[in-house]
Amino acid sequence: MQPNTAIARSQTAIFETNKVIRNTYILLSMTLLFSAVTAFVGVVTGASFGMALVANIVAIVVLWFVLPRTANSATGIPVIFAITGLLGYGLGPVLSHYLAMNPSIVMTALGGTGAIFLALSGYALTTRKDFSFMGGFLMVGLFVVLGAALLNIFLAWPALFLAVNAGIILVMSGLILWETSQVIHGGETNYIMATAGLFLSILNMFQALLHLLGAFSGDD
Amino acid sequence: MDWVKIGSALFLAAMLIFLFPRAKHAVQNSPKGSASDWMGFVLPMAAVVLFIIVLIALV
Repeated sequence: MQPNTAIARSQTAIFETNKVIRNTYILLSMTLLFSAVTAFVGVVTGASFGMALVANIVAIVVLWFVLPRTANSATGIPVIFAITGLLGYGLGPVLSHYLAMNPSIVMTALGGTGAIFLALSGYALTTRKDFSFMGGFLMVGLFVVLGAALLNIFLAWPALFLAVNAGIILVMSGLILWETSQVIHGGETNYIMATAGLFLSILNMFQALLHLLGAFSGDD
Repeated sequence: MDWVKIGSALFLAAMLIFLFPRAKHAVQNSPKGSASDWMGFVLPMAAVVLFIIVLIALV
């Protein structure tokens, strides 16, 4: 291979990566704003926990079975907005609960999630470290917290509830590093799929932080 | 137990079943990280833990 060709290819790869990063953050901002609007609708209309569960199930089914088939076309954009809108609406009852309890908890959780996301994304982008080695570790972590959350539906132990939410925050933090690193190193070249991954990490982290702050605020 | 709890349990169980093959694949095929790689992960995680403790102290 000629050196000039290698440089040109490398520049093309960097250009493509930067394009994916830029598009991911633009789409992520728009979907977060949209989900904030639908969450507001959920709060105002007094959405029940049952409706929220249905919205979450529909969103996850669309995420698993429709988004991968549409992410490489323009159809992927309305699909990702539908998913994030439904997930935002699903937050409505939880938000209503904490807003009625102590509105400052919601603002602290929102600010905290934003700060953690910006710091971790900034860390992965500036150091350009490859976090692909964490894939297996994070999957096991996700499995453990989901299993513990399932168990706690029946046990209802307050300590396990706190441990699950603390675990979710750590796993989602790791997933933010991993997903950002995947985009930087070319492991994820589709900005719609990258947005979906980052959005889910932010949403789950926000909800877990909300539960943790609510539990420790003493107002619950 | 109300239907929302039963629905949530079924939803979580379905997620675990759906994620299992992906988790298995990720565990088997993830590259191994060096000690410095893990340090690069542990430090930001420690910062997140400290930050959460500060937030809890604030509310």
